[in-house]
Amino acid sequence: MHPFGLWRAADSAQAIAVHAKDPGIVFIAGGTDLIGLIKDRAALPERLLDINGLPGMANVEVRQDGSLLLGALARMSDVAAHPEVRRLFPMIAESLLFAASGQLRNMASIGGNIMQRTRCAYFRDGDDLPCNKRKSGSGCSALPGLNRGHAIFGWSESCVATHPSDLAVALAALDAIVHVQGQAGDRAIPFREFHRLPDSTPEKDNALDRGDLIVAIEVPARAEGRASHYLKVRDRQSYEFALVSVAAAITTDGGRVRSARLAMGGVAHKPWRLTAAETALRGVPLNDSDALKSAIAKSFNDARPLAHNAFKVELAQRATLRALQIAGARA
Amino acid sequence: MGMVAINRRQLIEGALGAVGSMSITTSGGDASFAAELPAAAVDVRLTINGDVRIITVEPRTTLLDALRAQLGLTGTKKGCDRGECGACTVHIDDRRVLSCMTLAAMQEGKRVTTIEGLERDGKLHPLQEAFIEHDGFQCGFCTSGQIMSGVAMIEEAKAGWPSAATADVGQRFTPADLSASEIRERMSGNLCRCACYPNIVDAIASAARRA
Repeated sequence: MHPFGLWRAADSAQAIAVHAKDPGIVFIAGGTDLIGLIKDRAALPERLLDINGLPGMANVEVRQDGSLLLGALARMSDVAAHPEVRRLFPMIAESLLFAASGQLRNMASIGGNIMQRTRCAYFRDGDDLPCNKRKSGSGCSALPGLNRGHAIFGWSESCVATHPSDLAVALAALDAIVHVQGQAGDRAIPFREFHRLPDSTPEKDNALDRGDLIVAIEVPARAEGRASHYLKVRDRQSYEFALVSVAAAITTDGGRVRSARLAMGGVAHKPWRLTAAETALRGVPLNDSDALKSAIAKSFNDARPLAHNAFKVELAQRATLRALQIAGARA
Repeated sequence: MGMVAINRRQLIEGALGAVGSMSITTSGGDASFAAELPAAAVDVRLTINGDVRIITVEPRTTLLDALRAQLGLTGTKKGCDRGECGACTVHIDDRRVLSCMTLAAMQEGKRVTTIEGLERDGKLHPLQEAFIEHDGFQCGFCTSGQIMSGVAMIEEAKAGWPSAATADVGQRFTPADLSASEIRERMSGNLCRCACYPNIVDAIASAARRA
């Protein structure tokens, strides 16, 4: 493995100051993505800064109003097993349980989960094929190459990769807030502004700059949370990344959708919110699958499939329908 | 406390009861920070299968390599070395983890259990017995990882953790709900290329009933 130095910080102020000044250092928490990236030479940090010892960042807090504060160092398995998370936001627990394996969920942190880098095989390729995310300006191998698993929304000529996190999809649907400490103080980043589209700078995955440390993710109280479901479609039934996935959360009124929150994974460089469908779904009877389908289709007019992933356009809509129906059964 | 570079000096200082004199600089102390070599050796104190051990590793050394090459604990296997196969599963502070994706130098003070540490008073762990009884292996390469994963997984089920196979995660999960499909889902991080899966599931189900 590529060699690196190892440091640790006593508090977040120190971690931030060092990270801001040293472009060769990266934070490490669970390490389940970073160690793989280093082994694949897709990341070659000079130094790692172990943040596992930072105080007060591993809690899962359920507040009186039904909102959650997930510490950035809480482990996936802690959040997934938490009885109140399961009761208030079943799709958060499900998004975690449908990801990785039991061992990895015990290791991986919540902050690290949303920082995961794409699983695009060209990005991770050990033979250093062109990849703008890996080496800016080198080109995109996936665009002319095998792109069955890649984006159908929001991609650019520079990058057609998708974001791999399941949890991020649920958090996007719920308009979570990423709490970041940085050199200029604390920031609260709305989830839909956290991850970004590739445009001409796909090397940048998100809104964070050097010296920014995720300390917690807040999930505001949401009426839709309880009747929610995370549905993941993949090539293997377990321990695999999504082809497409859906986080669906609704409130109902007399068997009709009153409000819906929908986001998808596996279709874009960031969790993809189906806002047009959310609007169109208001008032639609949950037992009218044709009407549900028509409403969902409103978010797919701008789908731009690649050479090998046109199937995702249909698959994504069917997955959304099923996720909505399962969420509806929980209302 | 300032920034701490984890290195040999820490141990020496610790032994002398003088931690803090040499390896600690204040935050933003770029000079000393940049001087730290990637290959600098790190001393780590671990409790392994009940014994306190101090090992010297590079920062990049995985716990898996430290266990096998430095501590002679070769029961833990290196399969993919990428966090995909589960052959390297061990317990850290009683939780199942992948030792190939874990840096040894980050485990200071942790309790590590490997397959060699499962027996008690010369008697195999009940899950080890169950693997023999149910013929839960063929070549045996994945077996220690399967057993370490299975032991911790049964504890997770006893603690009420749901899984992706749980129909309603909002409901309380009890060990009585640990069906074959639950076991398969919870063990999906451990591959067996001899495909002994049916017998592995039987072995775990039988040990879980007795647990």
